[in-house]
Amino acid sequence: MVIKAKIIDEIGLQRTITRLAHEILERNKGSENIVLVGVRTRGEFLARRILKKIVEIDGNEPNLGILDATLYRDDFRTRLKQPQVSVTDITFDITDKDVILIDDVLYTGRTTRAALDALMDLGRPRTIQYCVLVDRGHREMPIKADFIGKNIPTSLNEEIKVKMKEIDDEDAVYLIEIEN
Amino acid sequence: MSLAINHLLGLQNVSKNDIQLILDTAVTFREVLDRPIKKVPTLKGTTVVNLFYENSTRTRLSFELAEKRLSADTLNFSTSTSSTKKGETFKDTVRNIEAMKIDMIIVRHKSAGVPLYLTKISNASIINAGDGQHEHPTQALLDMYSIREKLGKLKGLKICIVGDIRHSRVALSNIYGLKTMGAEVSVCAPPTMIPKNLETFGVKVYTDIHKATRENDVLNVLRIQLERNAGSSIPSLREYHNYFGITSEVIEKNNKDILILHPGPINRGVEMSSEVADGPYQIILDQVTNGVAIRMAVLYLLGTKN
Amino acid sequence: MKIILKEITLLHPGQKINEQKDLLIENGIIKKIGNISQNDFSSSEVFDFSGKYCVPGLFDMHVHLREPGREDAETVLTGSNAAAAGGFTAVACMPNTNPAIDSAEVANFIKHRAEKHLVDVYPIGAVSKERKGESLAPIAELVDAGAVGFSDDGVAVKTSALVRSALEYLKMYNLPLMEHCEDESLAGGAMNEGTISTELGLPALATVAEDLTVARDILIAEYVGGKIHIQHISSKKSVELVREAKTRGVNITAEVTPHHFTLTDEELRTYDTNYKMNPPLRTQEDVDAIIEGLKDGTIDCIASDHAPHAIEDKEAEFIDAPNGILGLETQLGLAISELVKKKHLTLEQLIEKLSINPRKILNLQVPLFKEGEKANLTIIDTELIWTVDKNKFKSKSRNTPFDKRLLTGKAVAVINNGKMLIDDEYRNL
Repeated sequence: MVIKAKIIDEIGLQRTITRLAHEILERNKGSENIVLVGVRTRGEFLARRILKKIVEIDGNEPNLGILDATLYRDDFRTRLKQPQVSVTDITFDITDKDVILIDDVLYTGRTTRAALDALMDLGRPRTIQYCVLVDRGHREMPIKADFIGKNIPTSLNEEIKVKMKEIDDEDAVYLIEIEN
Repeated sequence: MSLAINHLLGLQNVSKNDIQLILDTAVTFREVLDRPIKKVPTLKGTTVVNLFYENSTRTRLSFELAEKRLSADTLNFSTSTSSTKKGETFKDTVRNIEAMKIDMIIVRHKSAGVPLYLTKISNASIINAGDGQHEHPTQALLDMYSIREKLGKLKGLKICIVGDIRHSRVALSNIYGLKTMGAEVSVCAPPTMIPKNLETFGVKVYTDIHKATRENDVLNVLRIQLERNAGSSIPSLREYHNYFGITSEVIEKNNKDILILHPGPINRGVEMSSEVADGPYQIILDQVTNGVAIRMAVLYLLGTKN
Repeated sequence: MKIILKEITLLHPGQKINEQKDLLIENGIIKKIGNISQNDFSSSEVFDFSGKYCVPGLFDMHVHLREPGREDAETVLTGSNAAAAGGFTAVACMPNTNPAIDSAEVANFIKHRAEKHLVDVYPIGAVSKERKGESLAPIAELVDAGAVGFSDDGVAVKTSALVRSALEYLKMYNLPLMEHCEDESLAGGAMNEGTISTELGLPALATVAEDLTVARDILIAEYVGGKIHIQHISSKKSVELVREAKTRGVNITAEVTPHHFTLTDEELRTYDTNYKMNPPLRTQEDVDAIIEGLKDGTIDCIASDHAPHAIEDKEAEFIDAPNGILGLETQLGLAISELVKKKHLTLEQLIEKLSINPRKILNLQVPLFKEGEKANLTIIDTELIWTVDKNKFKSKSRNTPFDKRLLTGKAVAVINNGKMLIDDEYRNL
């Protein structure tokens, strides 16, 4: 793996998160009816940071949940490694809420499909809005994000690596080339 | 993380890592069971056969529910008579079922060794739902899960299995699994219900239920099989109840911190009084719920393994 | 027809013969031992058997031929073919057929089925009618019909009273009561009781069930006299009981199967029903005691307990599968490999246990190596290394745990009743 470029640095990430928080509030006319749901693993940390920002801006603190979509994946038979399942931690009712589904990278759309199915099994939200830090293209399903931190066109032998201080040693987004 | 095992035949040779993974994965499925829609699509397209050669409503229901909650296609084959008596051999029956292209077999049989035999004649992944007096691994796993959920750990805990150890598959699986996880395992029963060489398994033997209650953190109380025991290994059920039954008096006199498990179905007034069966020390119904989660975890981990 | 077994080592422990000689057999009769003329050589078919042993025809005193009743598993003919292939010129067949050998008719039927074969088949009569342990079978009639011993094999003689009666009655004929030792109320397990049965969760049968019956029979035989023969002895304690009884002068003998001196209950871990038999495989301690008993003469004979079962019966679930394994075609190889090659027994001692002693116990003539005697002999290559292949068995069944096992020692030919089996082919002599 070769790092080709650092696309977002620490300050850039802060700015992007602030912008995403503002956009979410603007679209929903405040935070009264919204709940945030982060997709494990980095979507969770992203959701926590956006939540913090919303609290700063709006004063109100929406509910935050964590979603594990592993059980809804469609690739159990084809993957070499068995994915580890974790607990979904959504302790509030999402029915009639505006759910902001948050993940780090939007790529084929398959994880999003699994996450949407998982969400639908938990209740009937008023809307689901999708927020991603990076959209790298190459969709295999008709899925589109409502809030995008950055569009980064990539080739198939490239990968987007999001690093967050909660589990990594820095805040950054890298473009990486995979060697065969 | 994947299991090292490809079949769950028993806990005798299952590693600590594998047991840990099953218990941890079950936590996820336990959460699914609390959702409004208690079903996930994980095993869509996987066909599971419940091959029950012995009556066992509870275990079969628990497996069936676990399979359905994972969206597997399920087939039930239940018979209380052995196929050999009907002319078709067991091997023929299995070959026939196998020819229907199935992925997993859950098997319950009165003869020990049948699950192992199945691994030799079938390509499906085999889960033992109880074979003879041998093992019943998912029951032991759900017992361990329930204890861990309640007491936060297994390692270092003192757990005593009470009842007919000699004829119990639940006891043997619990002994293997709990010892692997670092618990101290003992048994309590009249010597007629204890296998002759149990010391070689590193298990302490009590014949005094009061002492066993005092010296342990958990009592896992087994069902006394009425038809098997009365008259041969114990003089009467009444005498068993009076000397080995778990009553409020036994608990309150000896150990109010004790946790009581029972794999069900309970013979009230034999191995346990109704007061205890419905009382504050037991987690019997939690065990039932956890049983579904454990079986979902095992089905998931074996069913999605490449 | 004349044949010469050239440069063969004649080994007869009864006659104290152990020397290399040429042997001339004409029309099934031993014509000449040594000093065979050039004329005879040129007019005979000559087999070069240098390095091979010629011993009195082997005798398996414990086989199940399944006829009448389960001809799908074995018949008198296929069982006899298996015996000959395994080096045996005679067998004694147990009475647990259906109907049981509890009447002269059934005994005669079996004798009739065995006619004209190389292998002699001696029926063992049932001790009790239908082997039910209630009343004595017609022993005198059965003796007249050719029964050479009596047993309720499959189960022990049910009551002490009946053991006493049988021993007393059989004194008239000096024939043995052959006992399957298993206390009825302790019976019923699928394997030996021990650590392994607990691990495997199989219902277990304790050695004490065997020991109790051995002790019972010894005490009764000691009290009323008569000949008691312990079948398929398998436990250390039973070996000790027989040894003590012998020193007290009780007229007792014992046999052991090859699997009980070769295998232990460790084998059961596979749940392979080919390791299920009764008495069950015991522990190494028992095996060691059995080998000790073979060495010091406590155990007189080796017998296979050849128990054919149809494939579909043996392929059942473990606790439902029937007891017993084939033995005739692996017995000699196992005995040489496990006992002679491991220096527990000399070849002479082995031949005593496989040929001489069974006949002595059953009051039968031991074939002699003497000019003018009928040739009844087995030719053994003690050095031949071969692999057991159950698909080549002459038995109708395939239930052996020894398939693919490498053995040393095999019968290369047998001669009896004017017939010779060599290279898979029967010839008239």
